[in-house]
Amino acid sequence: MEFWKDPINTIFASLLKSFTSGGMSEILATILIWLIGILLFVTFAMVLDIFLVWIERKVVARFQDRLGPNRIGPFGIFQPFADIVKLLIKEDITPVGADVIMFNLAPIFSMMSVLLLWAIMPFAPLMVGVDLNVGMLYLVAAGSIGTLSVIMAGWASNNKYATMGAFRTVAQMISYEIPMVAAILVITVLAGSMGAVGIVEAQEIPFIFYAPLTFIIFLISAIAELGRSPFDLNEAESEIVAGFHTEYTGMKFGLFYAGELLHSFTFGGFIALLFFGGHRFFGLEELGPIVGALIFIGKALFFYWVIMWVKYTVPRIRIDHMLAFNWKFLTPLAFILLMVTALVGRLFLESNWLVPALFLSNILIAWLTVEYLKSHARKEREKEEALKPSTQMTQH
Amino acid sequence: MQITQILFLIFAAIILGSAFKVVTTKKMIHAAFWLIVTLFGVAALYAMLNAGFMAMVQIVVYVGAIAILFIFAIMLTRKELLDSAAPLNKNWGVAALFGLLSFGGLYTLLRNWEGFSNKASALSTDVDMITELGTALVTPNAYLLPFEVASVLLLAALIGAVYVANEAKSD
Amino acid sequence: MQNPWIYVGLFVLVGMFIPIAAIAIAAFLGPKKPNAIKQSTYECGIETVGDSWIQFKAQYYIFALVFLVFDVETVFLFPWAVSLNKLPLFAVFEGIIFILILLAGLVYAWKKGMLEWV
Repeated sequence: MEFWKDPINTIFASLLKSFTSGGMSEILATILIWLIGILLFVTFAMVLDIFLVWIERKVVARFQDRLGPNRIGPFGIFQPFADIVKLLIKEDITPVGADVIMFNLAPIFSMMSVLLLWAIMPFAPLMVGVDLNVGMLYLVAAGSIGTLSVIMAGWASNNKYATMGAFRTVAQMISYEIPMVAAILVITVLAGSMGAVGIVEAQEIPFIFYAPLTFIIFLISAIAELGRSPFDLNEAESEIVAGFHTEYTGMKFGLFYAGELLHSFTFGGFIALLFFGGHRFFGLEELGPIVGALIFIGKALFFYWVIMWVKYTVPRIRIDHMLAFNWKFLTPLAFILLMVTALVGRLFLESNWLVPALFLSNILIAWLTVEYLKSHARKEREKEEALKPSTQMTQH
Repeated sequence: MQITQILFLIFAAIILGSAFKVVTTKKMIHAAFWLIVTLFGVAALYAMLNAGFMAMVQIVVYVGAIAILFIFAIMLTRKELLDSAAPLNKNWGVAALFGLLSFGGLYTLLRNWEGFSNKASALSTDVDMITELGTALVTPNAYLLPFEVASVLLLAALIGAVYVANEAKSD
Repeated sequence: MQNPWIYVGLFVLVGMFIPIAAIAIAAFLGPKKPNAIKQSTYECGIETVGDSWIQFKAQYYIFALVFLVFDVETVFLFPWAVSLNKLPLFAVFEGIIFILILLAGLVYAWKKGMLEWV
């Protein structure tokens, strides 16, 4: 019963007792148990990553009205294992003139930046790696390490196209970090805490009802930050071969690819955490942390599916449209939302009208934005109409 | 020796070693990457002091923005990617001598300073540090004016960057 | 333990170890037959022409600069956001002034044409 209520601490206490009774000092035993726990956790993340490859291929197949892998194992479930074996036995080709140390460090940093995020993901309030009180800044910092790995990969490849692709990818990733951080700031204002567990505990009513427009901004920024479609100009085969990971073969490419999928799943988990209550599900989470963890994984898989849905539905966006969309639309909108949410949230802090007021203010801003866009489009159209008749007359 | 002292010495060695490599490496872009190692080392030192917010700010701002800006600046001003010039000119012996003399002078000056044994008053542990920081930033008696002036400073930086970039684009 | 960052440090070590192990296994298992054509850099299937030198556009630098200013701004806004609901109403307006000053900077950069890609 004790185990059911608080699994991690119970296991930790019992292991600590058995290690220290053998004569080890307490600090060393704690570090050793933590190390074993982290190894198991990261192994779980990598195994989940393998199944994410299978889910991705099945889902893209269904979106494209075909079956996907179904030969290896029931429903093709052993396909990713075959993929891993294939990647492991491929040859490691290092292009001539490449910077060997950085060439090899780049996929390691890319995978490390994703695995670092798992330290703060709260599967349930009692099942979290470490509850840092600066959790959301930690999320941004892990994103910065990912950006760094892209520059390293692009530069170390000694390939013009890889370098160009890397710079474009970095320009895209850093641009979309700003609306993402502004959306996280809105959630921090509403929750009163920056730590992941604090945000989950503050969500008696999920924050999606407090800030729906912020959810849309965060979703778009997260998809752009991940480098997934429709923002995947820098990896698209018809555009720039494979962008910054053109020169990578075998398992190094596998680390980039699997790292991107795991990153998408992790962001699905963060969307579930920030906007949809994390481990909550109409009271079912009272049964225990393990049930809460399963609910969290289910929600994370659902949002991973939403990210895939966007990927396989919408066409690709050009880079200048992408950057203009970010700096001229998303960033001002995100900051205006932050100001309005801070003001309305503070004015209605203790009253029962908090949620309707915030929801209505979001709807108001959305409506004003649509009106502004319509008038802007009308002006652009009128400008073009004004240019047209003169050219038609000269053609006569 | 305690484990914290050993960790501090390791991180200090990483910081000093990579800072040394920044100035002595041949390729400019390697210098930028050694600088990134130095910045990570400083963030690790902040984390050891349990100043989590400062460590994260160090990584987000320094590694995530300023280091990338440095790399872009190197790319912008070098004709080839693989530029490698001699990092040290022939006066490096005299410069090293001056560096050692300054270090020796500082060491003898500070050796008997009693400020090293002063302990700052312990912060109260029952309030959340970030809430304290936020309160301090907006209280008129504390740091409100520097907070708003910081935003004006950032605005000045942005306007300056726009001006310089305009000049660069027009020629 | 008192310091939760020890856990993060261990996570960094394990997080670096697992990809290194994967690459090491691949390096052990894979064939090693380097030849000149395999090791030449990829240029859409034709032979490489010229040095690896690209025209670096100034736009990358400008976007990185604007990003830097906004990044520092958001870092300042985090403590404000955490303590907002425990402070008097005045604090909200101070933060709003902060954000408005920087949005004015963004509009200035926009009007000067700094946010174009071409």
